[in-house]
Amino acid sequence: MYEGVNASEGIGIGTVAVAVEPDLTFTPHAVEDAAAEKARFKAALEVFCEKTEAQAEHMKTSVGEAEAEIMSGHVTLAQDPELTGAIEASIDGGTCAEQALVETSTMFENMFLSMDDEVFRLRAADIADIRTGILAELLGREVVDLSVLPAGTIIVVHDLTPSMTATIDKANVAGIVTETGGRTSHSAIIARALEIPAVLSVSNACGALHNGMTAIVDGSKGVVIGEPDEETLADYTERAEQFAAEKRALEAFRGKPSVTADGIAKVLACNIGSPDDVNGALDHDAEAIGLFRSEFLFMDAKELPSEEEQFEAYRKVAVAMKGAPVIIRTLDVGGDKEIPYMNLQKEENPFMGYRAIRYCLDNPDEYKVQLRALLRASAFGDIKIMVPLVTCVEEIRAVKKLVEECKAELREEGRTFNDNIQVGIMMETAAAANIPDLLAKESAFFSIGTNDLTGYTMASDRGNDRVAYLYSWYYPAVLRAIKNIIESGVRAGIMVGMCGEAAADPLLTPLLIAWGMEEFSTSAPSILRTRKAISQWTKAEADELAAKVLELSTAEEVKALLEANAR
Amino acid sequence: MVSEKVTLINPQGLHMRPAGLFASTMGKFACDVTIVTADKEVNGKSPMALMAAGIPCGTEVEVRCDGTDENEALAAALDLIKSGLGE
Repeated sequence: MYEGVNASEGIGIGTVAVAVEPDLTFTPHAVEDAAAEKARFKAALEVFCEKTEAQAEHMKTSVGEAEAEIMSGHVTLAQDPELTGAIEASIDGGTCAEQALVETSTMFENMFLSMDDEVFRLRAADIADIRTGILAELLGREVVDLSVLPAGTIIVVHDLTPSMTATIDKANVAGIVTETGGRTSHSAIIARALEIPAVLSVSNACGALHNGMTAIVDGSKGVVIGEPDEETLADYTERAEQFAAEKRALEAFRGKPSVTADGIAKVLACNIGSPDDVNGALDHDAEAIGLFRSEFLFMDAKELPSEEEQFEAYRKVAVAMKGAPVIIRTLDVGGDKEIPYMNLQKEENPFMGYRAIRYCLDNPDEYKVQLRALLRASAFGDIKIMVPLVTCVEEIRAVKKLVEECKAELREEGRTFNDNIQVGIMMETAAAANIPDLLAKESAFFSIGTNDLTGYTMASDRGNDRVAYLYSWYYPAVLRAIKNIIESGVRAGIMVGMCGEAAADPLLTPLLIAWGMEEFSTSAPSILRTRKAISQWTKAEADELAAKVLELSTAEEVKALLEANAR
Repeated sequence: MVSEKVTLINPQGLHMRPAGLFASTMGKFACDVTIVTADKEVNGKSPMALMAAGIPCGTEVEVRCDGTDENEALAAALDLIKSGLGE
């Protein structure tokens, strides 16, 4: 079994085809007839553009308009006069076309790579892809053609370039495995658009898996199994069928309101980790953003991101959501999230230590940069500020005081912001679960972070195999904490949501409905599933089940009863 | 040579799509097209140069056209920028 990044959900079972990349080596040589060499380059460029244009046309129907545009963009970039001009000048200087192409394009690639923006890094990947394409034409070699694969193929490749994905015939590809790339890479985006299960960044996949081998790609878990035994194969075949059937059934919930069977309206929101994730959220029909983890801005950087950089990221999400609520969690550093340049000391017990709001309140100048950026972005949509790891009233009061200071500064500077911006609490500590009534007086909303709440309540680290059995929200201790938080929030008249993984657990849905929770924030692929789960209960039915659950003493009993009543 | 100043109204500045549209439209003219900001001059026919210049929304730029069809090119460039470059 090989592990990688779960980049596109679903289960694919098929026969491996390792796509070997073409040999593009060449011997640089001096050129005497520069005019002829330039003509050779131009001819290669023209053929490349024609082929790419045809691929883009094919992609419009096979993949989608947006992805086809990436390919058309390749043509525009390949014909860039700065690029072709520099290549021709290099050929005039006696360099062969291949060498001129590689040197010049690498220079442009490096220029884009040196820029501090994910978008520019994608352009660098585009340039590398163009180089491969034109070089293959110059050398008369075929680039990997994925358009003629037999049905049920699992493509295994070092890196899936946009031009390769362009030729993929969705009907014949059961799964994709690569050795590089993350959830936001081109390969991942296209695999999701094509709805092909994909596992990326599997080290040595091209060596470990070989042609003709049967393999299972579990794109939901990020696992690849080569030569599965009969039992595993049967198990996964059933799961693949279930997945497909469930997906078809869920489509009926797209564009529908999120309501219980008796018509109580809920909000289905999405958890995101970067501004680019908004597209996925909207694709999956999210009504709001229930948790935007701001850490990515800090973790991908080499120094503290500026107010301007943060503002841009927050504004982008606010604009994309067109006025729907966007809850942004302020920096949740420490614990298991390390940010090298912050120079935080290693601690004996990081989860009980100097992290999240504790760090931020201790470094108010840094924190105010983020608060100012959030306030400025609030002029572009319904941004709400969420404070992580709150344990006492003092902390939320201190944050609100800083927010007021930032507002005064911005007012002074004549900048616009939402004066009524909501400041709420991520309810995730055992302390917060014990004083929700006190916190509700200070907080505009609650969002329950069940991942940490479960860990702190049960004093159990789910990463520690020996105690992970205690990490479960079916324990009455966790359920009572959740109930206490929701009911206190509802009594105080504030919005209560949940952004932890438990929000997407259909077994818990009736309990959350019974206690009055309003907003469910899940990962993008769980949105329709959760909307469906909500639609299957009336408040009265949920109340009845919740009352029975509260009489039980063990997690085992709770889970058994919820499973027996699952819909 | 003819030139005129205009303000970029694209919310994201000149990223791939607007830069590509601008460069490919300008590519149809014979004259040289240059985008001039306070601190740089960029080849208006090069999407890469336009993107790399990272000109943000709200910047006032000067469009300079120099060649036989400079008047037509300038008019087309201004129309395009004022219309938000297809966005």
